[in-house]
Amino acid sequence: MLDVSQQRITVDDLKPKWFDFRKNGKMWSSLLILAVIYGWSIRETGISLPALVEGIPHMQDFLMRTFPPDLSILSKLMAPTIETIQIALLGTTLAVILAIPLGIGAARNMSPYPLVYRTCRMILNFLRATSELIFALIFVAAVGLGPFPGVLALGIHSAGMLGKFYAEAIENVSKGEIEALEAAGSNKWQILRYAVWPQVLPEFVTVNLYRWEHNLRAATVLGLVGAGGIGFELMTTMRLFKYDETATVLLVILATVTVIDFISTRIRMRVL
Amino acid sequence: MIEFKHVSKVYANGTVGLKNINLAIGAGEFVVIVGLSGAGKSTLLRSINRLHDISEGEILINGKSITAASGQELRHVRRDIGMIFQNFNLVKRSTVMRNVLSGRVGYHSTFRTLLGLFPKPDLELAMQALERVNIKEKAYVRADQLSGGQQQRVSIARALAQEAKIILADEPVASLDPLTTRQVMDDLKRINQELGITTIVNLHFIDLAREYASRIIGLRAGEVVFDGPAKAATDQVFAEIYGRPIKKDELLGVEA
Ligand SMILES: Nc1ncnc2c1ncn2[C@@H]1O[C@H](COP(=O)(O)OP(=O)(O)OP(=O)(O)O)[C@@H](O)[C@H]1O
Ligand SMILES: [Mg+2]
Repeated sequence: MLDVSQQRITVDDLKPKWFDFRKNGKMWSSLLILAVIYGWSIRETGISLPALVEGIPHMQDFLMRTFPPDLSILSKLMAPTIETIQIALLGTTLAVILAIPLGIGAARNMSPYPLVYRTCRMILNFLRATSELIFALIFVAAVGLGPFPGVLALGIHSAGMLGKFYAEAIENVSKGEIEALEAAGSNKWQILRYAVWPQVLPEFVTVNLYRWEHNLRAATVLGLVGAGGIGFELMTTMRLFKYDETATVLLVILATVTVIDFISTRIRMRVL
Repeated sequence: MIEFKHVSKVYANGTVGLKNINLAIGAGEFVVIVGLSGAGKSTLLRSINRLHDISEGEILINGKSITAASGQELRHVRRDIGMIFQNFNLVKRSTVMRNVLSGRVGYHSTFRTLLGLFPKPDLELAMQALERVNIKEKAYVRADQLSGGQQQRVSIARALAQEAKIILADEPVASLDPLTTRQVMDDLKRINQELGITTIVNLHFIDLAREYASRIIGLRAGEVVFDGPAKAATDQVFAEIYGRPIKKDELLGVEA
């Protein structure tokens, strides 16, 4: 039991400790470094309130010109919208296929050799670090314009994201279940199938659906670099200053994303 | 027949797990291993199916050394040894049936098991195993819907479906209440007697050890300090194994 009467509380104890520079030198120097980083970043990026204020009339002008949205192009947007959804679907599927072996290899508890583990980790890091737009540029150069390079770009980059998630989920599988299978004479594949798979299944479904949602949003801009989908329409209307058409494209994107998010949420609820 | 010949185990961090163990456990015996926490009970049990590698000596099962076995050979050795864990180690999201069938996985090709196809005799075997531990009616329930005692019985059924000739049970009742404890111990004993499966159980309840064991092995600091019939394991003997008088909480205290 704590005997309160024995504890002497002095005025010093009540003073906030962080205020003492000598005692908290580390904290203060971290704050200083942070302030320098912020100051430098603000200068370099040219953040300026006046510029923003001066820009307001232009934005007003833009918004005025988007109104009313030109709905006559709706029928023309049908095909690119469907294409966008298809790119997202196939890109995600490709990502899942690539990410399964990479994720297993990058899971410490399932990776066969340290070399395999490190290689898979490296590949995943590289894929994640490179954005889908950069991959899209590369693949457009490689296989030409159109939705195919878009699928490849989403697939490759998302494989990095998914593989990382899979690896983490596999590493979180409880050791006991793996041991039970091991003790019964199962090999690595059988352990994966009977101890790991049932345990990662809910997470597997969840992250794949999230990725599909994300890829749909990403697919709407792939057109900017010529990798198919509705982004191409977005860019053309803006280049031609047909802002009322741009508005329609944006509305269609908004509607598509909303619908897909809704479907994905429903699937998730049913599976879990 | 399980033989330990001069078996020692030193963990990577230098902890001595086992020190020069020499034992012979005959077919059909019901052996209970006792000892203080950290005495090396789990280490001993887990070295039999090579979940732990030993540092020195040799372990023979029916005259065959398992110390050098690897790959396919090791998996075949393990197939004959069922293991029961304190925390059951069932795949909670899978059905009871799936869990029992996972004991059969070692008998089939990787390809076949990846597809989840089990031949009909396997299904019958799994059902019989569940019947033997009296939870046949739970076959298609998810494992996480079962009580602790029921889960432990499923894990016994898994060992039976495996057609194990040896069962290793590491503190199988440590997470169960006294009543369920008896049911699970009764199951183990009955299987031992009816099927002649060699059974080795780690226990920390002294009265349970005396009641169920045909033979008690006492470990202290990685060494065998007692080995004899259950009747010979008096309070005095336990006090020697533990290096101190026995305490009340080392008795389950519920009579059969
Ligand atoms: N993986 C490990 N690495 C290092 N030391 C270990 C490891 N596992 C066990 N030990 C040590 O080896 C000794 C024997 O452990 P063991 O688990 O076999 O004891 P036990 O008799 O089963 O104890 P308990 O009743 O607590 O389960 C202990 O000192 C323990 O700390
Ligand atoms: Mg133990």
